[in-house]
Amino acid sequence: MSTAKQPSALIKTEVLYTGLFIVGLIAPFAVYPTFLMKLFCFALFACAFNLLLGFAGLLSFGHAAFLGTAGYVCGLMVRDLGVTPEIGILAGTVAAGALGWIFGLLAIRRTGIYFAMITLALAQMVYFIVLQVKATGGEDGLQGVPRGHLFGLIDMSDNIAMYYLVYAVFSIGFFIIYRTIHSPFGQILKAIRENEPRAISLGYDVSKFKLIAFVISASLAGLAGATKTLVFQLTSLSDVHWHMSGEVVLMTLLGGLGTILGPAVGSATIVTLQNELADKVGSWVTVIMGLIFVVCVLAFRRGIVGEIQALIQRAGIR
Amino acid sequence: MEIFGVPTALLGSQLLIGLINGSFYAILSLGLAIIFGLLNIINFAHGAQYMMGAFIAWLALTKFNVNYWVALIAAPLLVGLFGVILERTMLRKLYKLDHLYGLLLTFGLALIIEGVFRDQFGISGESYEVPEALSGGIHLGFMFLPIYRAWVIVASLTVCFGTWYMIEKTRLGAYLRAGTENSQMVQALGINVPLLITFTYGYGVALAAFAGVLAAPVFQVNPLMGSNLIIVVFAVVVIGGMGSILGSIVTGIGLGLIEGLTKVFYPEASAVVVFVIMVIVLLVRPAGLFGKA
Repeated sequence: MSTAKQPSALIKTEVLYTGLFIVGLIAPFAVYPTFLMKLFCFALFACAFNLLLGFAGLLSFGHAAFLGTAGYVCGLMVRDLGVTPEIGILAGTVAAGALGWIFGLLAIRRTGIYFAMITLALAQMVYFIVLQVKATGGEDGLQGVPRGHLFGLIDMSDNIAMYYLVYAVFSIGFFIIYRTIHSPFGQILKAIRENEPRAISLGYDVSKFKLIAFVISASLAGLAGATKTLVFQLTSLSDVHWHMSGEVVLMTLLGGLGTILGPAVGSATIVTLQNELADKVGSWVTVIMGLIFVVCVLAFRRGIVGEIQALIQRAGIR
Repeated sequence: MEIFGVPTALLGSQLLIGLINGSFYAILSLGLAIIFGLLNIINFAHGAQYMMGAFIAWLALTKFNVNYWVALIAAPLLVGLFGVILERTMLRKLYKLDHLYGLLLTFGLALIIEGVFRDQFGISGESYEVPEALSGGIHLGFMFLPIYRAWVIVASLTVCFGTWYMIEKTRLGAYLRAGTENSQMVQALGINVPLLITFTYGYGVALAAFAGVLAAPVFQVNPLMGSNLIIVVFAVVVIGGMGSILGSIVTGIGLGLIEGLTKVFYPEASAVVVFVIMVIVLLVRPAGLFGKA
């Protein structure tokens, strides 16, 4: 590995992350908190997705299933069983992880393009099940989910309190991803991405590593989904629709595939864009998303953060 | 008359719908397989191109008074031409990259196409009259057979087997098969591979549009008709494997029939039965029924 970082670069990274963390702490006093909460939920979703595509090289086209399933599980538990929000979020995360384990077991039997098609088909199956089961409310989705009291104490109906919960959830999720990527486990994932036969010949049980990566990614996607349900107090069919699976691919691609901050930047861009465009262009939003997709694939494959990193590197060499 | 407590008329009509769906699965998965064989790209826009075929037929009839038979030829040609342009201007740039980029690009294209049609025509759907020569039906004694539905099956099977014949028995097909095995070698032997690739993509896309025109009078012409279908077709492709042309056809029709039977005996499961079969096949024979490991 030639990427051993200079001490000064490490300090720079730490300063960057600390700075961003502080910005996140004071942000709700400057920006509409509900918008920020949406943004962080999607950022975590995209980061979780990127762990799989960017670092293990596995394109899942079914991540909406984890986001949505966790949302429904969390919503049902909080609304109908009256559990506290943190239990709801935990239950959603575990449900998504379990579903991810099933998806993973099936999908890692094939590679590349088939992997993408299998995850998409499995997610579509989840969509139809959610559509037909009575408990999920079918076309109407799950509405009127109360935010409840965190640990039975703190009232979450206050937007600022809710914001800090979302922010904490995002930070924990992001930290888990960061640690995963920078662990020996993460290095092996990269090795598998770069050259799978070689990783096998080095004695690694490639399927096991892929499966673990898949479960982590699915759980964190679920964490994002469960939290999102509490923020908006509803879950709908659009959360399990394949459009959502495509959206998270787009966020990651736009921000920078395989970069750590890329997915967060990408999702911030897309969420902002959707918010700005929704009332101005109506149904053209889909077309614009498609155009961004095409442009990213044809001319902007490094994504926003990837391009910035390349710029910094070029400047550093000179 | 009843079989297993189900009236034969119901059973017959559901099997017929299953057979029609199956023919569409066959044509679409065939197109996907041919494109994947030579371009190494999974064409996510296949469903959108199928929808374009149906819409061109509908537009031709309602706006320009062009009849079904002309549309059946013209729509695949137009959409095929559209495919050729896409291949020449965009897909071509991706051949040296990871295969996943092809999937992502065509996904973006599908979103664009679908979005434009949704903006123009809404999502309520339009109906297309069955052409006069094929309207009406025949009483078979145990069920009523609408002539148009019979025609859809005959036409799709003809096109499927025509494609199979072209690929397996003609010189062009031989080039195509050789290109799938080793395109560099074929190029070295003096065959214009880039042109072959363009033609292949155009042909695969034209097949999708042909299915779209056939589907127009059976289903509603709707901007979303393709995206719902294409995910099932992906499952069909996973089940059948993309190695064999006849395999695609057999798998497609077989799954259509199974879906039709499920609609009769356990309608709640009809939307997911193909996916369930995919899961079973992945567990038992991961490479797919006709796939090479």
